Amino acid sequence: MSEALLKVRGLTKHFAVRQGATGAKASVRAVDGLDFDVHAGETLGLVGESGCGKTTTGRMLVRLLEPTAGSIEFQGRDITTLGRRAMRPLRQDLQIIFQDPYSSLNPRHTVGKIVAMPLEVNGIKPAGGVKARVQELLELVGLNPEHYNRFPHEFSGGQRQRIGIARALALRPKLIVADEPVSALDVSIQAQVVNLLRELQRELDLAFVFIAHDLAIVRHFSRRVAVMYLGKVVEIGDRADIYERPRHPYTKALLSAVPDVTAFGEQRQRIRLTGDVPTPLNPPSGCRFRTRCWKAQDVCAAEEPPLIAREGSAQQVACHFPEAVGVTSEHVSEVAA
Amino acid sequence: MTHDAASPPYLQVDDLRVRFNTADGEVRAVDGVSFGLQRGRTLGIVGESGSGKSVTSLAVMGLHDPARTRITGGISLGGRQLVGLSDGEMRKLRGRDVAMIFQDPLSALHPFYTVGRQLVEAYRTHHPEASKAQARKRAVDMLDRVGIPQPDRRFAQYPHEFSGGMRQRVMIAMSLMNDPALLIADEPTTALDVTVQAQILDLLADLQREFHSAIVLITHDLGVVSQVADEVLVMYGGRAVEHGTVAQVMRGPQHPYTWGLLASIPSLHGDPEVDLKPIKGNPPSLINVPSGCAFHPRCAYAMKPEPCAAQVPQLLAVQADGHRVACHLPEQQRIDIYTDEIAHVGVAQ
Repeated sequence: MSEALLKVRGLTKHFAVRQGATGAKASVRAVDGLDFDVHAGETLGLVGESGCGKTTTGRMLVRLLEPTAGSIEFQGRDITTLGRRAMRPLRQDLQIIFQDPYSSLNPRHTVGKIVAMPLEVNGIKPAGGVKARVQELLELVGLNPEHYNRFPHEFSGGQRQRIGIARALALRPKLIVADEPVSALDVSIQAQVVNLLRELQRELDLAFVFIAHDLAIVRHFSRRVAVMYLGKVVEIGDRADIYERPRHPYTKALLSAVPDVTAFGEQRQRIRLTGDVPTPLNPPSGCRFRTRCWKAQDVCAAEEPPLIAREGSAQQVACHFPEAVGVTSEHVSEVAA
Repeated sequence: MTHDAASPPYLQVDDLRVRFNTADGEVRAVDGVSFGLQRGRTLGIVGESGSGKSVTSLAVMGLHDPARTRITGGISLGGRQLVGLSDGEMRKLRGRDVAMIFQDPLSALHPFYTVGRQLVEAYRTHHPEASKAQARKRAVDMLDRVGIPQPDRRFAQYPHEFSGGMRQRVMIAMSLMNDPALLIADEPTTALDVTVQAQILDLLADLQREFHSAIVLITHDLGVVSQVADEVLVMYGGRAVEHGTVAQVMRGPQHPYTWGLLASIPSLHGDPEVDLKPIKGNPPSLINVPSGCAFHPRCAYAMKPEPCAAQVPQLLAVQADGHRVACHLPEQQRIDIYTDEIAHVGVAQ
């Protein structure tokens, strides 16, 4: 395989907090040692529930947050500790789309100004002028180029998300981190934006890190998928492996919890996890999922399972007792107590 | 509905219209919605923002500000007409005959009082004869019943000490304090993670079997509806566009808007390389609802200008028993379009 566009090794983010009446120092281990690659033109989906660290990861990738440890290599260059100035030329290749199309656009700027901002900041003078380039971008994302002089409040949620996408595309990036890009939108509008992103990916050969909690949307959009739980990747692999042959108990539980219209009327075996996700302030020892796992043994509390491929499969799983290769999700027999 | 046709619906809504006066003009939030629901059954009301689904449920609860809201039509609860009741009369019903679970339990619970105190208050409002000890026992029992561990200890805690899923359980416990015959749940799991959502949906289904209440579940998530509802009402632009059993609406939908919803949602099992088929355009403004069928500007099959842009289609029965659709297209044509063009896209496949 070609050299990876993005290489992440041991990526970690701990937030310092003060706890309780004494103000004792503690740290929230939001992201705790991630390894993954993203290749040019491909999409890696990051899924997980709230607090799993997927958003923190996305923000570190574009250096909106400083990692506590680990490295991020982009196009073969270590960008983990680059300063603002040194980062600037790289920002052309590395962009982010935010979840909330309301708070991520400056309400006092016209759409034209918002989309032109990356060009201006980076001192880029496109041939044919800034206005022509901005109008071309608006057209590319399905907005009327005539609306160049309008303000964000004059647009609907879906249209605002398109403005955010146009802004991210302004510098012709190679990689876009899309953090829950459709979860604030109505169902019918979600599909418009998802289709738009897929079209742009095909046309512009973009790579995406696609962060979402909606498993069906991630499956629809991502070739490879990483499942996160409490700051760790518990399983990573090709879409078909993760969704048809999940090997980590958490992945299986997550998939079986999705209320799926297609499964309507069928009596599915469902895995019901008990309890909530533990706090990342004090994550469980060993495997972090063990407190909710029906397979957990003593070894799970004592030793943290490494994320490794087993038995000739490229799918990597961090579990002491993974499902056997070749067991499909239809054969689920365990039901949590 | 075919189900137990002898028993009359507990909740009967007839030609409900809810209008608000705003500075920009009159908002027709609900525009002629009718449905009935028996005890022991769950109705899912589905729609996007601004479809009128939440406004309908707030009207049943009598929670609209009378100074700026005009409600006409009928809402009958166990045979009693609610439209036109005074505040005081409505207050006697609310919490006792009909209770509500909100999307965000953190803002629905008072942060300053322990959950126990709030549960006790909910009970004693409708049971003034009950002693504090009786009310406390009832509250602890209900916390236990909704699956909160150590209910005795949790009784004395504040809302912020509970996780999101546990807080939603507290809300459910509170709504059940007085054995309401009708429970309205407005997006009860939207703010929750998927594994916790599954727990809460299971709990609601268990409790319904136990208490034999009618449940109105308001949601934008067709997956949730297909899992827990018996019947579905699809709303668009303040009107009901399709109503039927879950099987009828999910397996043989006949309204182009319902098709649009189903083809917009990616499936966990379909071919991920097939593009979704979104509905073009945006939902309508309720101040200026399109003429005729509110969906016609976004409908790929609309017959324009007549009749789709001119006449509001009535919600009429189709051949299948109990299935109603508001669309001008002939029924056979709708069935053909669904089979040929829609049934293989998104979750519709």
